[in-house]
Amino acid sequence: MIEIENLTKSFGPIAAVRGIDLKVAKGEVLGFLGPNGAGKSTTMKIIAGYLTPTTGTVRITGIDVEAAPQSAQSVLGYLPEGAPAYGDMTPHQFLNFIAEVRGFSGNGAKARVATAAEKTELGPVLSQPIDTLSKGFKRRVGLAQAILHDPPVLVMDEPTDGLDPNQKFSVRKLIREMAAEKAIIISTHLLEEVEAICTRAVIIDRGQVVTDGTPAELLTRSRHYNAVTLCVPAAQAARAKELISAHSKVHSIEDSGEKNSFVTLTAFPHHAELIIEDISAMAAHEKWDIKQLYAEAGRLDEVFRALTTSDSDRARERNESVAA
Amino acid sequence: MNLVLAIFKREFAAYFATPLAYVFIVIFLFAMGAFTFYIGRFYETGIASLAVFFGYHVWLYLFLVPAIGMRLWAEERKSGTIELLLTLPIPIWASVAGKFLAAWAFTGVALALTFPIWLTVNYLGDPDNGVIVASYFGSFLMAGGYLAIAAAISATTSNQVIAFVVSVVICFLFTIAGAPLVVDFFKGWAPIALVDTVASFSFLTHFQTIARGVIDLRDIVFFLSLIILFLGINVVVVDQKKAG
Repeated sequence: MIEIENLTKSFGPIAAVRGIDLKVAKGEVLGFLGPNGAGKSTTMKIIAGYLTPTTGTVRITGIDVEAAPQSAQSVLGYLPEGAPAYGDMTPHQFLNFIAEVRGFSGNGAKARVATAAEKTELGPVLSQPIDTLSKGFKRRVGLAQAILHDPPVLVMDEPTDGLDPNQKFSVRKLIREMAAEKAIIISTHLLEEVEAICTRAVIIDRGQVVTDGTPAELLTRSRHYNAVTLCVPAAQAARAKELISAHSKVHSIEDSGEKNSFVTLTAFPHHAELIIEDISAMAAHEKWDIKQLYAEAGRLDEVFRALTTSDSDRARERNESVAA
Repeated sequence: MNLVLAIFKREFAAYFATPLAYVFIVIFLFAMGAFTFYIGRFYETGIASLAVFFGYHVWLYLFLVPAIGMRLWAEERKSGTIELLLTLPIPIWASVAGKFLAAWAFTGVALALTFPIWLTVNYLGDPDNGVIVASYFGSFLMAGGYLAIAAAISATTSNQVIAFVVSVVICFLFTIAGAPLVVDFFKGWAPIALVDTVASFSFLTHFQTIARGVIDLRDIVFFLSLIILFLGINVVVVDQKKAG
């Protein structure tokens, strides 16, 4: 449904996107991850036809965005970064404008506006000027606009930014409900969001894809994947540490310090081997008074940090390359 | 065409959704009155004609029309809504046309609200109403010319103040293109044909013919082609900005 081939985009001397290839199929929810300035928004703007690429092509349901922007845009729902909307209009007026532009009129338009407003729970604020709405409502006005024409392809730049946990939950639910029938790309900084709704995670850094896989696959690359954390009384901590680190499958052990006379230890396995069973057997055998014992699922933020660079590093590199 | 209409309706309503429209109309009418009655000495001249009134339109438009046009694109760039507008399935020309027509219609409303002066002059004397209709028409056309320039300038920036100032300067050059200030600049070195071409861009000259009640096709063609030219430039500017 979305095909991106060899996409590059430069702004003067700065290369924002440096060769991205991606295909997103129907039923996929692709989470676009990456530090600020990695090229996520630029890529999404190119998909939506707001920016023209320096090289490469983007096709939406087979339509070349650069060659036939209006046809491509009519099958695309796009939520731009920051969810811009005309502040002087009410959500009702704004959605009617979008419906009109999307070619709906009369009862068709009414039904579309009503459905979009209902799905995004805009009901109570439909006739207040958008400028006066809270951040959460503004974001949902942007969402309503993007899904109004029930497009087969949805591209959303940070759809849950600025929402409270309840609103995040309902937006994620909405995205999950639509997922089966659509190809969806979302960008986000919230790693838990990727685990919650994405079927696929792509991390980009400095304008290139550095990894592409399911969230579960990404987790296996975390240092914490299959690590075991246990909470033992301080008196037994030294013995536990000694025994666990002597275990053949254990690579290292970390001590996060004492709290309320309990010590939290985390044991990291060699090569993501399963060690929870051995450790729990050890604990039973030694009769430690364990408060907690669990296997870690892996941490996406660790994978993210390992694969990407900080913005100050990138700025330094850029300055060096411009100076050279 | 439906898309142009959709953009037109949105833009036109936007003027009235904020105090902008009301402030503008009040100032426009007040300034028109002040110029006509105090500076133009409408009563003292004792002539039943609106020539004095229309004579000041050029100079009022010079400042007031860029004030209407400056927001057309610069505001969208500033607030980010341009990204929304350009990713909706609307060709750029339709957005350009819809926005321009809405702003032009708005100046039309402001101009139409000067009707009491027409009533006044008819009450006081026996003016040539044909000339007045022609002058209103010419004035409206001229406002369109200024507006097309201001809209194209607005598309180049996200700063409304810059859009306003640059528009005023360019509109000013067009206004006085036939005056010595501009003509002398070209006279020394440019071929006479170029000097004449530049001079022929003068809004003042074209409007003065219309304001005398002579609707010359050449003046109408001049303003209409100027509008089309600048709307074309507007389309190119918006399209070029997509390249980043």
